[in-house]
Amino acid sequence: MLANYLEIHPFSGLIECVPAYTNVTVYYQPFVIYESFKQKSDNLSPFQIVKSLLKEVIEQLEEGKSTNNRVAEIPVCYGGEYGPDLEEVAKHNQLSVEQVIDIHSGGEYCVYMIGFAPGFPFLGGMSEKIATPRRSTPRQLIPSGSVGIAGVQTGVYPIVTPGGWQLIGQTPLELFLPEKNPPSLLQAGDIVKFVPISKREFLHQKEENI
Amino acid sequence: MTITVVSSGMLSSIQDLGRNGFQKHGVIVSGAMDTYSLRIANLIVGNKEGEAGLEITLLGPTLTFEKDALIAITGGDLSPEIEGKQVPLWRPVLVKKGSVLRFGKIKSGCRAYLTIAGGFAIPKVMNSKSTYLRAGLGGYHGRALKAGDRIETNSMSHYSSNLFNKLKNNEPSPSFITTSWYVDFHKFINFSNNNSVRVLKGSHFSKCSASSQTTFFTSTYIVTPQSDRMGYRLSGPKLKLDEKFELLSEAVTVGTIQLPPDGQPIILMADRQTTGGYPKIAHVISVDLSLIGQMKPGGEICFQEITLEEAEALFIEREQWMGELKKSLQMKMN
Repeated sequence: MLANYLEIHPFSGLIECVPAYTNVTVYYQPFVIYESFKQKSDNLSPFQIVKSLLKEVIEQLEEGKSTNNRVAEIPVCYGGEYGPDLEEVAKHNQLSVEQVIDIHSGGEYCVYMIGFAPGFPFLGGMSEKIATPRRSTPRQLIPSGSVGIAGVQTGVYPIVTPGGWQLIGQTPLELFLPEKNPPSLLQAGDIVKFVPISKREFLHQKEENI
Repeated sequence: MTITVVSSGMLSSIQDLGRNGFQKHGVIVSGAMDTYSLRIANLIVGNKEGEAGLEITLLGPTLTFEKDALIAITGGDLSPEIEGKQVPLWRPVLVKKGSVLRFGKIKSGCRAYLTIAGGFAIPKVMNSKSTYLRAGLGGYHGRALKAGDRIETNSMSHYSSNLFNKLKNNEPSPSFITTSWYVDFHKFINFSNNNSVRVLKGSHFSKCSASSQTTFFTSTYIVTPQSDRMGYRLSGPKLKLDEKFELLSEAVTVGTIQLPPDGQPIILMADRQTTGGYPKIAHVISVDLSLIGQMKPGGEICFQEITLEEAEALFIEREQWMGELKKSLQMKMN
């Protein structure tokens, strides 16, 4: 909420805000703050000026509540070549592969923040029944679109990166679109649902992206 | 004007002051590791201080210039030379058409910055020309330079043209012409590999054990060879937490010092991820970031605590100095 407010009503010297699970980080240019307030403020430092600005905003905000969460459906082709660790996740939790898919695609996930890689959503709300520790040796290259599990977290890799998550499937959707504004398909606050698709549907949708 | 890359060097990439405003989408900031030297290199050739330059790491490239070009090289001294003649740093240099610029021995620092009057003609991606190596975007085709690349430049500003013409009318020289004046950079940076670095305590500093809190400020930490544009991995006396605690990932910034489970601190630099889940034990003050960006593996760092007010006062002092520098350079070019 604070991040949204500042985006619409930026103060002079604000660079950007990054929302996370329980806080918002505000980046600002101290010299711009210093220059624009040097006549007005009684020897306050740039940090003190920003702090009091933010305090005012937060007090105003307290009344409203964030309401309009977007719902995003992410199609996923589970298992096989797209989810090489699906069986490992099933074995670890003494479940069948089908049960893992049902549990993973049956949940609703909240996007707490975007970080780690461009467009990478940190999702909350995965069932502990399918929680699996990270792989002991990270993979050198994880294909973009891979859906993974690490502990009680689940997420989607938007770009090719190294990583240690257990890969259970892949989405044909592109989560990072550098030429679009915003460049990330998902935003903090969105609700995500995973929808199982077949390999055929996966390939068909992948082709449509080109 | 076109610059042709004859050989690439170790890691030469286009960087400006970073891709700000997209961190909430997970897009890293990137940008120059030593923004101080890049900003000055731009001002010297009459560019805006935030224009993109070429960041050259340790072993420099070989470049040829298709036409006469006004350039500046700042930062670490990587022995630039044209036709066997040493090219002076921190001043404008008019490179003659067809000249070959080479780099040699590493005399000081880790990164040199080359700017050209007018700037590189490279499209901005998300408001920046910086190269985001891992995502393959920005800069020159999203990657470091390779042999055979040809980089175009934009037309010069009014200030650049004046300086260009002044230098051109000087006595004839076979390969390059420079000025007698130069920028004295010493006030806010040095290129030693052994530095006292000023920090603010981070929000998790108090979670370190009492003895680790003392160790951090009394020991020498070595820059390891695993250090890169993403972060400087240090090695030294192991730092311990009083007790383990779960930390949810949250935003980090350039200069944040993280403490991973192995107890060896990491200073986050230009290509840091936007968020991190390790305890944040300290933050390098903005004025000292360029100093770190110029340190090589094997370098020694001692941390010194200062207050936020002191850090802000230093920052304001440096920015005022930059403002004065800009004015005096523009006067020379008018």
